[in-house]
Amino acid sequence: MRYEAPKTLEQAIALLAGANGRARVLAGGTDLVIQMRSGRAEPELLVDIKGIPELRSLAAEAGGYRVGAAVTCMELIEHAAFAKAWPGIIDGVKYIGSIQVKGRATMGGNLCNASPAADSVPALIAAGAIACIAGPKGRREAPVEEVVTGPGKTTLAGGELVLSFLLPRRQPRSGDAYLRFTPRSEMDIAVVGAGVNLTLGAKGVCSAARVSLGAVAARALLVPEAAAALLGSKVDAAALERLAAAASAACRPIDDKRGTKEFRIKVAGVMARRAAAIALERARGQN
Amino acid sequence: MSTTLKYEEKQLKIVGTRPARPDGVDKVTGRARFGADYNLPGQLIGKALRSPHAHARIVSIDVSAALALPGVKAVVTRDDFAEMPDEMAPVGELMINFRDVTRNMMAREKVLYDGHPLAAVAATSESVARAALALIKVEYEVLPHVIDVVEAMRPDAPLLNENQYTQGVKPKPERPSNIAKRLEFGRGDVAAGFAQADVIVEREFNTKPVHQGYIEPQACLASYSADGQAELWTATQGQFVFRAQCAKVLQMDVSKIRVTPTEIGGGFGGKNNIYNEPLAIALSRKSNRPVKMVMTREEVFRATGPTPGANVRVKLGATRDGRITAAEAVLNFQAGAFPGSPVNQASMCAFTRYDLANVHVVGNDVVVNRPKVAAYRAPGAPIAVLGVESVIDEMAKKLGIDPIEFRLKNAAKEGTQTYYGPKLGPIGYVQTLEAARAHAHYRAPLGPNQGRGVATGFWFNIGNETTCSLNLQEDGSLTLLLGVIDVAGGSRASLSMMVAEELGIELDRVRPVIGDTSSLGFNFLTAGSRGTFAGGMAAVVAARNLIEKMRQRVAKVREVPVEAVAWKDGRAQPADASVAQFEPMTLTELARMGGKTGGTMAGHAEINAQGAGPGFGTHIVDVEVDRETGAVKILRYTVVQDVGKAIHPAYVEGQMQGGATQGIGWALNEEYVYGADGILQNPGFLDYRVPVASDLPHIDTVIVEVPNPNHPYGVRGCGEVPIIAPMAAIANAIENATGVRLTQQPFSPPRVLKALEGAGKAQG
Repeated sequence: MRYEAPKTLEQAIALLAGANGRARVLAGGTDLVIQMRSGRAEPELLVDIKGIPELRSLAAEAGGYRVGAAVTCMELIEHAAFAKAWPGIIDGVKYIGSIQVKGRATMGGNLCNASPAADSVPALIAAGAIACIAGPKGRREAPVEEVVTGPGKTTLAGGELVLSFLLPRRQPRSGDAYLRFTPRSEMDIAVVGAGVNLTLGAKGVCSAARVSLGAVAARALLVPEAAAALLGSKVDAAALERLAAAASAACRPIDDKRGTKEFRIKVAGVMARRAAAIALERARGQN
Repeated sequence: MSTTLKYEEKQLKIVGTRPARPDGVDKVTGRARFGADYNLPGQLIGKALRSPHAHARIVSIDVSAALALPGVKAVVTRDDFAEMPDEMAPVGELMINFRDVTRNMMAREKVLYDGHPLAAVAATSESVARAALALIKVEYEVLPHVIDVVEAMRPDAPLLNENQYTQGVKPKPERPSNIAKRLEFGRGDVAAGFAQADVIVEREFNTKPVHQGYIEPQACLASYSADGQAELWTATQGQFVFRAQCAKVLQMDVSKIRVTPTEIGGGFGGKNNIYNEPLAIALSRKSNRPVKMVMTREEVFRATGPTPGANVRVKLGATRDGRITAAEAVLNFQAGAFPGSPVNQASMCAFTRYDLANVHVVGNDVVVNRPKVAAYRAPGAPIAVLGVESVIDEMAKKLGIDPIEFRLKNAAKEGTQTYYGPKLGPIGYVQTLEAARAHAHYRAPLGPNQGRGVATGFWFNIGNETTCSLNLQEDGSLTLLLGVIDVAGGSRASLSMMVAEELGIELDRVRPVIGDTSSLGFNFLTAGSRGTFAGGMAAVVAARNLIEKMRQRVAKVREVPVEAVAWKDGRAQPADASVAQFEPMTLTELARMGGKTGGTMAGHAEINAQGAGPGFGTHIVDVEVDRETGAVKILRYTVVQDVGKAIHPAYVEGQMQGGATQGIGWALNEEYVYGADGILQNPGFLDYRVPVASDLPHIDTVIVEVPNPNHPYGVRGCGEVPIIAPMAAIANAIENATGVRLTQQPFSPPRVLKALEGAGKAQG
């Protein structure tokens, strides 16, 4: 196995494109190294992207933020302005392992590992984040919900990698939240995850909403029917119940060692409702 | 002959204080050497090939391609080990059969579980060893398997051992069975007892196997010399027992194997048995190189022993005024692939907190296609007690009696006749119940969806063969050479404290060291909460032996009768004013002149400690149940336990907190999950969920001290009792919070939610 740490994006793309599908991108390594240890991943080439400045940058852009794919979770958590603007994304990254793991792990890696249970992904989808992707044919953009297609599978073509995420400008009276259900309080993997991002009009009526669910299907889902339950409401108890019902209805889970289908369907509604209540409180707090 | 030293009440200077442990600094600085930290020049790495099937006949094993791989130095299979006849030996509270030990370490006729080893290679690197494993060709005849204990007991179940007929049934059964043994305990007339009852409660419970959760995977390093001697470094709870087991399966003289115990990263009963050790020695013998074998976490889960899962039925009868009239239990325990579950201990522990006239317990030891079970902290007792203490709680509720009051009305005390044999001596069960009832926790208010549960536990504790030497060094400092492994509970600290107390010297003058098997005589492994009880008794015997030798030396030097010499406050002094007067001598003075006045001095103990004092505990827990998700949160936890005497109270509290923590994990989330294919689905700590720190509140402790009359400081032992009650206490608290009684462990969110929904008690 070969390890390369290119200093430029062009070099990274050339390495990936030339490896005939036997290369893996190394960001924080918190998933990949474990897969390699257990024998589940046996790459011939590791391309460490942490030496490329663009992927390590977190900066304001167009009134929002551009977050490099190799920015670590702890760097996000400790970035006060970002954390204030997107507390739901911070909710998501905070769940990723221990403090030590968060010091290595990245949102780019969390997305591209393509686990249906990735904690930052529903929060990014709810936030409306756009992934910037680069490859041999140049750059393109894709909504985060369109990057992963199933467990371990993405729409990234040969030689492509995720460069950054663009978080849009925040509207007034907006709030987001991510909640997950795990049997343990931390150091665990989501049985169900729910991200909610909403904006209130001047009179407290919900004018925009996005809802995303994790670990209830082959990939994180954007659930427009659940968001529709909130739109035009004051996010009252009745609207939250409709949201919960729509969230549960959208689930297409499996039975596995981490939870049963029926449990995931039920709890997805509960998590979505609770996340929406937190997002609502945060939106009101932004008056 | 056995040894007991009677309890003497006296003023204490060191025992009962909280000094830092002698092994502490190396552990917190990372300098302590655990099993995997040992290396030798030229060593090879050994890896085992493990069965991918739950049950299969081994048609053939072809290792030729593996042996041909460059870097591979040796391969061993069943052909490298001798057939062993049935021969039983104790490990802790459990028994092993060498016929099965040799088959468990290396499959012979069949593989009996996912992960069962059937070959091992030694190679110049781990990657070469792994590549070699992939080159071993095994032809299997896959057989139907059985994982669940109730299914395994059915007459048409797939048989693990076609020659196994249930023992304990007369006449001998005509057909073989997965039930290895049926045992029965009892006294009185249960039918008559139930006839006297006003209320009868009967329930069935099911539990899953759970792992001890030690952080350090099994690791060993073996070096076999051309002259037929072997050295072994390993993380073990008993260096002498490992030596004995290795000598037996390798057909070597015991004295030709020297086992050096490393620091141990947790054991809890899981490191009482050999796994890779004989394979490493055999590979070293074959390759003429040292061989190191370190298990991965996956190997630990798939192939080492957890505690069993079980099916338990409990029936209890009581009168309206709260007297238990009859108690009955059936305990069906999974033994894993070979017989030897702790169903015997569980049967004896089930009701031994109560003074009962009519009891009947039946236990079945059942083989299934899972790894052979090992001990885990009070083996078997928590499983039986989940059933019994749940039923006790339900009975108290039906009778309208406070659950602690109900237990007090029926509590065992000194003189109570047990249903398995002895009468109980002085015990502290009632004192733990009274202390729990008086605790502020028991009266604290509860909020919505919150509930409180109480449960109690009993464990025998044991003594057995124990050795130590106390060497007086030439400057007057002392080396305490121990045969007892410190399984991280702090026994090096507590045994040194007893020695310093006996000698009347400062604690830091005593340096405890764990001896290898060549430095002391046979010492049983650290199990049964015996470390501080038996190890302490041996340390006191050795200290008193040294004092005796020093008195004789002073009498000789000072030319006075030995009766005139007393040992007080760390010095030899005239016994009193009526005897011959002489200049006192300190330990340091004695040490300096020792060589010239007859030789250096040392105290020794080679004892079989008897008279272990039973331990009892009462636990109180508050939980909050999320009725929408089934999540159970532990809000508050209090452990009350009679330990006889807490030599080092901080480490005793640590045992109580640690036991409760493991019990909480057992109750809430821990379980081995097997697929329909008989393959373990969760061989790692991500999906085998031990609790993390943020899952737990501070665990409060109350130490009760009712001295054990058969120990010089009153020690009972404390390590096992605290894991017995948590599962039942939490089940009772969930029932108190929700009105729903859980009988399927673990009480994980999907199970709790389903139970709540079934009872119409869920929300959302």
